[in-house]
Amino acid sequence: MKRTINRRDFMRLSALSLGTGALLRFTPANAALRDHFKRANGEAPAPFSIVQLSDTHVGFNGPPDPLGTKAFERAVDLINTLDPQPELVLFTGDLTHDSDDAGEHAKRMRTFRDIAGRLRASKRFHVPGEHDAALDGGTLFREHFGQTHYSFDHRGIHFVALDNVSRGRPEVGAEQIAWLKKDLGRYGHGVPIVVFTHRPLFDLKPEWEWFTSDGDEVMNVLAPYQSATVLYGHIHRAHHETRGSAQHHAARSLIFAFPDPAVTAEKKPLPFDSSAPFRNLGLRVAGGPAPLTINDVELTVREIAGTEGVQQLLKGGVA
Amino acid sequence: MIAFILSLVMGMAAPDARVVEIHAKRFSFTPDAVTLKRGERVTIRLIGDDRAHGLLIKPLGIDLDASPNAPHEITIVPAQPGTYPAICDHYCGMGHGGMKMTFIVE
Repeated sequence: MKRTINRRDFMRLSALSLGTGALLRFTPANAALRDHFKRANGEAPAPFSIVQLSDTHVGFNGPPDPLGTKAFERAVDLINTLDPQPELVLFTGDLTHDSDDAGEHAKRMRTFRDIAGRLRASKRFHVPGEHDAALDGGTLFREHFGQTHYSFDHRGIHFVALDNVSRGRPEVGAEQIAWLKKDLGRYGHGVPIVVFTHRPLFDLKPEWEWFTSDGDEVMNVLAPYQSATVLYGHIHRAHHETRGSAQHHAARSLIFAFPDPAVTAEKKPLPFDSSAPFRNLGLRVAGGPAPLTINDVELTVREIAGTEGVQQLLKGGVA
Repeated sequence: MIAFILSLVMGMAAPDARVVEIHAKRFSFTPDAVTLKRGERVTIRLIGDDRAHGLLIKPLGIDLDASPNAPHEITIVPAQPGTYPAICDHYCGMGHGGMKMTFIVE
């Protein structure tokens, strides 16, 4: 009898109590499933971890964060202490803060690259945020980081970098959606997919520009696939939501945090607290020191109550 | 709550509609507040004075994107009284986040 594979079966995610990023560990659930994906995808999934970093805004230096790149640099140092090292580091946009001076903006991109280059993990992937690519259509970004959308496979998982900023508006655009259909069309519906992008693909808070106007079309393309995870940034706070068939996870920023739109009407950065300079930064923190159980799977991540991102690490050290 | 839009007409202003022009320039709208009457047929025309700008009010069905020499308009009949915040949703630079205006439906 042919076995039906569901998302819960195929792999589990464990996560460390890490305040510097979302450290996700993908683990195939059992040997039979490894074989299944090897046949379906050509490469059997194997345990590995990734880190998502977001919204570093290199070049920003204002009251919400007078420390500039310090949180970013701290995150890099902490990630470098991990053993084993994450195999991939995904940056989900707003690597830099924009400038009307193209030379200054290019300098900020080089600074970003210098800091990110200190990571021991050599496989780094980027998508642009609007501060990187909206004013010039992504020209400067492409010069420094390559294409704004692309895909690749890693250990049986298909990763898709999606650009929803460089058209100026919060949209992916018909051309890129056609590309996505063609790209995913090469795979069976059982292949696990991780999309990383900058803006949320759903209407999280349109009045704050927390949406992608054609995100529904992207979700329709993803809908047939049994396991789709969307990692994004932009909102400068952790957020987890299930929309359609996909799990959506936002990472924290590494520059300043935005408040919860459910409790405040004004989109205004949370004030800097010199006694806890990295509070609410870092990004989302998943799980606890122990791996999650099989009941926690489906690439779900959980926040630890009371976590304060990088600040937690300053107090407690790496778990 | 999303207001019911009786009609939306893209393209040229409907002949019987009042026309409201909104100029967008980094980083403000002029005027910064517009009052509409419930049931009124009105054409909202966005004009980008210096570069591309957007005007987004989802509950009213307004999602415009205008560039210099390429204004963009929509005709609506607002049905639900209320105050609706509007934003520029075409990223236009460092002050973009503060580029807002208000629509009031009486």
